[in-house]
Amino acid sequence: MERNPMRRQLASMRKSLFDQGYLDEQFMELEQLLDDANPNFVEEVVTLYYRDSARLILNLDRALERRPLDFSKLDGLMHQFKGSSSSIGAKKVKAESTLFREYCKSGNAEGCMRTFQQLKKEYATLRKKLETYFQLARQIGPMESANRPK
Amino acid sequence: MTVEQIVSEGKDQFPIGMRVLAVDDDPTCLLLLGTLLRRCQYHVTTTSQAKTALKMLRENKNKFDLVISDVHMPDMDGFKLLEHVGLEMDLPVIMLSANGDTKLVMKGITHGACDYLLKPVRIEELQNIWQHVVRRKKKDRCNSGSKDKPHPDSGEDAGIGNVDNNGKLNKKRKDQNEDEDDERDENGHDNEDPSAQKKPRVVWSVELHRKFVAAVNQLGIDKAVPKKILELMNVEKLTRENVASHLQKFRLYLKRISCVANQQANMAAALGTADSAYLRMGSLNGLGNFHTLAGSDQLHNAAFRSFPPSGVLGRLNTPAGLGIRGLPSPGTFQLGHVQNSGNPTNDLSKLQSFVPGNHNTNILQGMPMSLELDRLQHNKSVGHIGELPTTDSTTVFPGSGSLVDARITGFSNNPLLGVTSNSLMLEGSSQQATSHTSVSAIGFQNGNALSDFTLIAPASNQLQDSKADSQGQASLINCNAGQIIRSAPQEWNAPRKDAPYQSHALINSSIPINSAMIQLGQCLDRNNSIFHRTTDLDSVGPLNFVDPLSIKHSEGDNYIMEPSVIEKEGYLMFQPRPHGSHVPDNTGSLKDLASAMMKQEDDFGCNGYSLRTSI
Repeated sequence: MERNPMRRQLASMRKSLFDQGYLDEQFMELEQLLDDANPNFVEEVVTLYYRDSARLILNLDRALERRPLDFSKLDGLMHQFKGSSSSIGAKKVKAESTLFREYCKSGNAEGCMRTFQQLKKEYATLRKKLETYFQLARQIGPMESANRPK
Repeated sequence: MTVEQIVSEGKDQFPIGMRVLAVDDDPTCLLLLGTLLRRCQYHVTTTSQAKTALKMLRENKNKFDLVISDVHMPDMDGFKLLEHVGLEMDLPVIMLSANGDTKLVMKGITHGACDYLLKPVRIEELQNIWQHVVRRKKKDRCNSGSKDKPHPDSGEDAGIGNVDNNGKLNKKRKDQNEDEDDERDENGHDNEDPSAQKKPRVVWSVELHRKFVAAVNQLGIDKAVPKKILELMNVEKLTRENVASHLQKFRLYLKRISCVANQQANMAAALGTADSAYLRMGSLNGLGNFHTLAGSDQLHNAAFRSFPPSGVLGRLNTPAGLGIRGLPSPGTFQLGHVQNSGNPTNDLSKLQSFVPGNHNTNILQGMPMSLELDRLQHNKSVGHIGELPTTDSTTVFPGSGSLVDARITGFSNNPLLGVTSNSLMLEGSSQQATSHTSVSAIGFQNGNALSDFTLIAPASNQLQDSKADSQGQASLINCNAGQIIRSAPQEWNAPRKDAPYQSHALINSSIPINSAMIQLGQCLDRNNSIFHRTTDLDSVGPLNFVDPLSIKHSEGDNYIMEPSVIEKEGYLMFQPRPHGSHVPDNTGSLKDLASAMMKQEDDFGCNGYSLRTSI
């Protein structure tokens, strides 16, 4: 079927997301929740995440512009962001968040800013990849993706 | 799930359909959590606001079986919510956080969480959360003896011992049981042999709690042991275990309040300005109110009485607090605190300001201030601030002088005890110049009228400022206190607003506030002039300021104890921190008062006012 190549493509896309460390097991947990009632659950959650976390990113940006840096506030914001990111299984983003928090704790402004830039990059990259992934998945049909072997 | 099947066979399908309330401000996490829970076949309600969650819980206590909440939330700290739920509704609460620091987890446990999960949560973890509900029911059943819930749990409980069908169940639960039991035990729950007693489940009503608080106060928070408390309370069918677990909760509450109290004190200080106004207003009005109060509720008295010395006071964290909802601070209510630290004044002032949202219901009017100031007086343990001297002249408190004891229990953690609409704000303001009423115990309506009292002892500040005013204020406060207390009655459970114990405090505070106010006024008034006048408050004993926080609720429920109040036993409810914040002028006197109160035998610093607890 013409779907097969697409399915294969989807499968390989998915695999590389995991292999390259963009996603972790949590993403699989989300996939497990896909069912007839929630065929697009994963996409919904990811969409919601990007929408909501944009606000956090903005707040972090603003907070990083202040001088001097308020590390405790930054840490708090990042804590929230990290929680969100870990909920969708955004592995690299989560790692950057953790690193950022370490820098906050040690009061390393330079480290914070650098890490944040990196974090934003990872965040944007993941978003693009997931958008592509979901687009393809939608073409194939929701349940197909759900049935992908883990 | 097989376990589910086993468990639910024959019964109402539990855990299927278990009603869970999920709270998380992060929409992504909330969506995920809700979906996971639904996948476990629970009946899920989600909300991103802690306040909404509390509201839902308060509306109908039997609407939910379990609460899962995030720790970090913008509108209310997850731990606070946890406390509230634990105290008011006695529902199992599971904390969720992305942060798994041992310290945080410990905090969760000490605040009464029955579990602490790390985000992101996996479905496997959620599949077992029903055990917390069962466990709690089982515990309650043991304690109270009766099965109020026709849940299959009982079947399970019985089955736990059985090997056959429940074999799996048992095994599955075993591991967790150990952990859970630890937590449970930590909560002071003496796990009785489940099948041993079938006593009716104990509901800690306002009345009962009041007695409890009184007993604790009498014994002194340090010395309060369940057995003795039980004896003092002299309530039929109450077991030592019931008391023990309740005491545990109470202690936690107090501890928490003391932290909050400090904050509140600060806040109170800020609010201080309002106080002066209060004083003015309150002076006459307050007194007048008192008379009305005369009829005072038993509540008041009870409240005071039950004001556990330290604990209650601790609750008052909000120094000004009683009414100060959420005012952390010790600073707020200082009425009672005088003892503690000279902050009392601050507290009072804070209290005044606090009356946030509290309606200035003329609490005074309605409230017969029969707060048992007397009782309060003796609370030696508590350093009640509440012991409002029975201001004779002001005698607002008819009869009871209960103001004296008005330990205004500050609501510690919570900003003034959720002065909910019912809040009886002792605000004398209604009578007088509102500002004063800071003492008004903001009654939180939660059901416990008492709890709602957030006595905001605005008086404190005022006292300092205006001599004359202070007097009035005190009265105001007192009056308010009485009223508030009255309103609050009800169950202890109601402490809706943050401080579950608020209600207690309120009530207690109302009275004390008055006295406190009066006292404060006195103190403030270096000249003794006022002091003397109010001296009549004597019943109040050493500045029993109504530390709003310390208002002991006789109701027992609302402890609103102000941490500082409890000084007596060394339990400073309010945090002595505010020392610095005392009103400069009278700081000295207040401080003295505070110490006096602590000892309850010293003269008040206030110009020789020997408000000693003549109560």
